[in-house]
Amino acid sequence: MYYLCAMVYLTRQEHFNAAHRLYNPDWDDAKNEAVFGKCANPNWHGHNYDLLVTVKAKPNAETGFVFDVKKLSTIIREYVTEKLDHRNLNEDVDFMRGKMCSTENLAIEIWKQLEPHMPADIHLHCIKLYETPRIYVEYFGE
Amino acid sequence: MKVAVYRQEHFNAAHRLFNPEWDEATNEKVFGKCSYPNYHGHNYDLVIKVTGIPDKTTGFVMDMKVLSDLIKTSVIAKFDHKNLNLDTEEFKSLNPTAENIAIVIYNILRPQISDDLDVQVRLYETPRNFVDYPANG
Repeated sequence: MYYLCAMVYLTRQEHFNAAHRLYNPDWDDAKNEAVFGKCANPNWHGHNYDLLVTVKAKPNAETGFVFDVKKLSTIIREYVTEKLDHRNLNEDVDFMRGKMCSTENLAIEIWKQLEPHMPADIHLHCIKLYETPRIYVEYFGE
Repeated sequence: MKVAVYRQEHFNAAHRLFNPEWDEATNEKVFGKCSYPNYHGHNYDLVIKVTGIPDKTTGFVMDMKVLSDLIKTSVIAKFDHKNLNLDTEEFKSLNPTAENIAIVIYNILRPQISDDLDVQVRLYETPRNFVDYPANG
């Protein structure tokens, strides 16, 4: 059947709320504020993050699924959102330690957390991370 | 004939829910992960509703530019990219729940808007959690 060779992209959306600040410890406070503005506030600020994880595969002949979305959701929650939700990204998250807590870097690190847990025939395609409804980044593993 | 007009603004802030009269265990029992000590944060969406009779000469209930400037200078400048618990006078001794934030914002704005107009605050803490104050506004 024609659709057995069709590649399909499947996306699961999750969300988490977190505090962070943008701060480079190699710079003094004045330079941090000059570069990062109010995002450098030493007492943190925060966001409602929306996370969209896209995988790609050919739909399974028996189930019609690219991937069981319940399983995808469980993987995202276990390895990513449970570590991030209601946390301070700079202080509380093992995989962000020592890294700048920009949305760009967070998307890259989320990819690194998820990729080892993908089944062999499922390819992680994109991490799309919204910091606000008007600011988002996409990471394709490149 | 009354008409309601609305202005939407937004701010991003950190907070935690914490009652200093309780120990950490009680705070975590009542407030769950919202009480985590290193704070978390939200993109707050704020909708201000102003109700009144349109002015005969302008056709406006209230000039929306004036309302927008008022919200930005009195509310957004105070809370945006701040830690509500640590950086604001209003929440030094008041738990920054969405309910209390809405009440505080109402009390800031109400005296600055004409007595002829009714004011109501709607505050979204997340797209799915929001509060209105006054409740019957």
